[in-house]
Amino acid sequence: MSTPTLDRNDSGTNAPTTATGGTAVDRQIRALRWGRLSAVLRPRHLIAALALLVAAALAFAINIGQGDYPLSIPQVFEVLFGGGNRLERLVVLEWRMGRTMVGLVVGLALGLAGALTQSVSRNPLASPDILGISQGASAAVVTVLVMGTSVAGLTVPAALLGGGTAAIALVGGLITAAVIYLLAWRRGIDPFRLVLVGIGINAMLTSVITFMIVRADINTAAQAKVWLTGSLAGQGWPQFWPVLICLAVAVIALALVSYDLQATQLGDDAARALGVRLRVSQGVMLLIAVGLTAITVSAAGPIGFVAFVAPQLALRLCRTATPPLIGSALTGAALLLLSDWVARVVLPWELPVGIVTAAIGGPFLLHLVIQTNRKASA
Amino acid sequence: MVPQAPPVDSRPPSPAGRASGGLHRLRRRRLLGLILLAALLLATLAASFVLGARPTSLGEVLPALSTPSATDDISLVVWQLRFPRTLLALCVGAALGLAGALIQGHTRNPLADPGILGISAGASLAVVLGIFILGISAPAEYVWLALAGSAVAAVIVFGASSIGHGAANPMSLILAGAALSAFLTAMTTAITLADQSSLDKMRFWATGSVADRPLDVLWAVLPFLIVGAGIALASTPAMNALALGEDIATSLGIPVALTRLLGIFAITLLAGGGTAAAGPIGFVGLVVPHLARGITGPDHRWLLPYAGLLGAILVLAADIIGRVVARPGELQVGIVLALVGAPFFIFLVRRRKLVSL
Repeated sequence: MSTPTLDRNDSGTNAPTTATGGTAVDRQIRALRWGRLSAVLRPRHLIAALALLVAAALAFAINIGQGDYPLSIPQVFEVLFGGGNRLERLVVLEWRMGRTMVGLVVGLALGLAGALTQSVSRNPLASPDILGISQGASAAVVTVLVMGTSVAGLTVPAALLGGGTAAIALVGGLITAAVIYLLAWRRGIDPFRLVLVGIGINAMLTSVITFMIVRADINTAAQAKVWLTGSLAGQGWPQFWPVLICLAVAVIALALVSYDLQATQLGDDAARALGVRLRVSQGVMLLIAVGLTAITVSAAGPIGFVAFVAPQLALRLCRTATPPLIGSALTGAALLLLSDWVARVVLPWELPVGIVTAAIGGPFLLHLVIQTNRKASA
Repeated sequence: MVPQAPPVDSRPPSPAGRASGGLHRLRRRRLLGLILLAALLLATLAASFVLGARPTSLGEVLPALSTPSATDDISLVVWQLRFPRTLLALCVGAALGLAGALIQGHTRNPLADPGILGISAGASLAVVLGIFILGISAPAEYVWLALAGSAVAAVIVFGASSIGHGAANPMSLILAGAALSAFLTAMTTAITLADQSSLDKMRFWATGSVADRPLDVLWAVLPFLIVGAGIALASTPAMNALALGEDIATSLGIPVALTRLLGIFAITLLAGGGTAAAGPIGFVGLVVPHLARGITGPDHRWLLPYAGLLGAILVLAADIIGRVVARPGELQVGIVLALVGAPFFIFLVRRRKLVSL
């Protein structure tokens, strides 16, 4: 009872059976049991998750290593584990670690938020980007940038200004999330209605941002455009800790709620019949997604597309039916770190990372879609 | 006591009678809605000629409308300024509404809008390349670039999502479109960040506006819009069948691959033409089908005309409001649409039970 056991199907024979009782030629359902806990063993998923972990680690090392003073991957790992000479330690730990760590946690958070939103809404288009939270943060920052600190008679409090764009972005994002939630609440939260209200608010805020950009003088408009694209430039340890704390809280909360996710995918009625407290678990997951998105926007600006594409990439790489949580987080981290490396080092002039994530992630997703289509018809 | 047959009136209605009663109510609602919308369109049309930065009254406008070649102030304002933008707003709004209803019908996804095929992103990239490389800066010259950009993007998306199948799988369409849109938008942003003068010209086109566009722009895209609308309206019975699923549609005799191809073609013509004429306007294609579906239900034969009408009214109303609210200046249509339409949309989402696809 105390050692985990690997069970074959209940039929007791070695002949593999599918869930419906027919026989499958290649697939066996294996369960891992440990006392009262049990889980289905999905080798492909595990292997893919491990591969993604390796990819994320490599992206991390490449990002830290490359720059004006390039270090190879083995050198980077040597420094990280305590070795390396003084110059290498200076380069890695003092100069670059902060920014790369921010990239790591922001990528993890975005991937996770995207997976949660897409799973709860059962719609790949429902990424946190379109729900209005990033737009709320963006609108707040752009308004303050363009119109100065007293806007229409409201003066932004000095405490908020002290935190800079980060604090303004966070407050803007959270206020927007609260407004969306309140507007969508009608004897409970229905994810579809929440997403539609989010789209409405998103459209309004996009209008506000466009209005500000058109009204501003060209220099402020360019400055606003740069912030709007999202960038890791100038980010370091001060931005790292809030995101890490938020991520840790999210992971703990998810450990309690994520096993409901599989049942939720079957549809509202089936999930309720299986005993899931549907609205509670959906609400918690959306709240986590909102919190993660808001904190990443405040740390690095609205880096678009990662939250949309990472779950879709992870879904296809891990061959699961719904966006896998850990896989999406790792994919997001790998994508963001690679994009930051490309933006910083490979390109002749530094571009905001938000552009590179779309430039890399978009064609990759396109390729995966084509590949899936080709396989399905073969 | 001998039970007597109940009198005729108190007999419960037969199931067929009940169903036809409900259907009768739906038909009546649709017809009534159509008449109301047509009246609303006429009223908005009148308002568009009367309202503006320069105050005029209906009495002044009507004689000006009947003599197109007069040269007094009022006639100039009416014919040179208000007539082009009214016509453009109507056509672009109707085109975007139709395209939105089509794309939501084909992808079976209520969050889809015509931009999902990469149309506005392709148009934007083509325009910004024109500005950056060729130095073009007049709206009339953007039109052909934008049309070309939309067409190329739509072809890539449709091609990518139909490799391997005969018909474009809705999920592949959405994902391929979103992927390509993000890529093209990233390229556009990169160019505008690298070159400030491009940003300066681009940010005005990218807002979406029906003002300051000569009528040539409309005449250029009108053939595309008409062909697209024709194909769209003709494909509505097939779309009703497709809504049941591809297998059932095939067994009903619908050529699924051809229907999808024609649908994507129509969407490209409509949304591409609209974007080329007025710039990327985002709200209409997404929200108008929802509003229309609330009245008509999921029958495409009613949904598409309603979406077209509603789209036209919405864009025209947004243009009028933009003219009036910020006198003596103006707010562009692209900005006003969401600011005015979104609260209305949210109100509707809260009040009614949502009609899902």
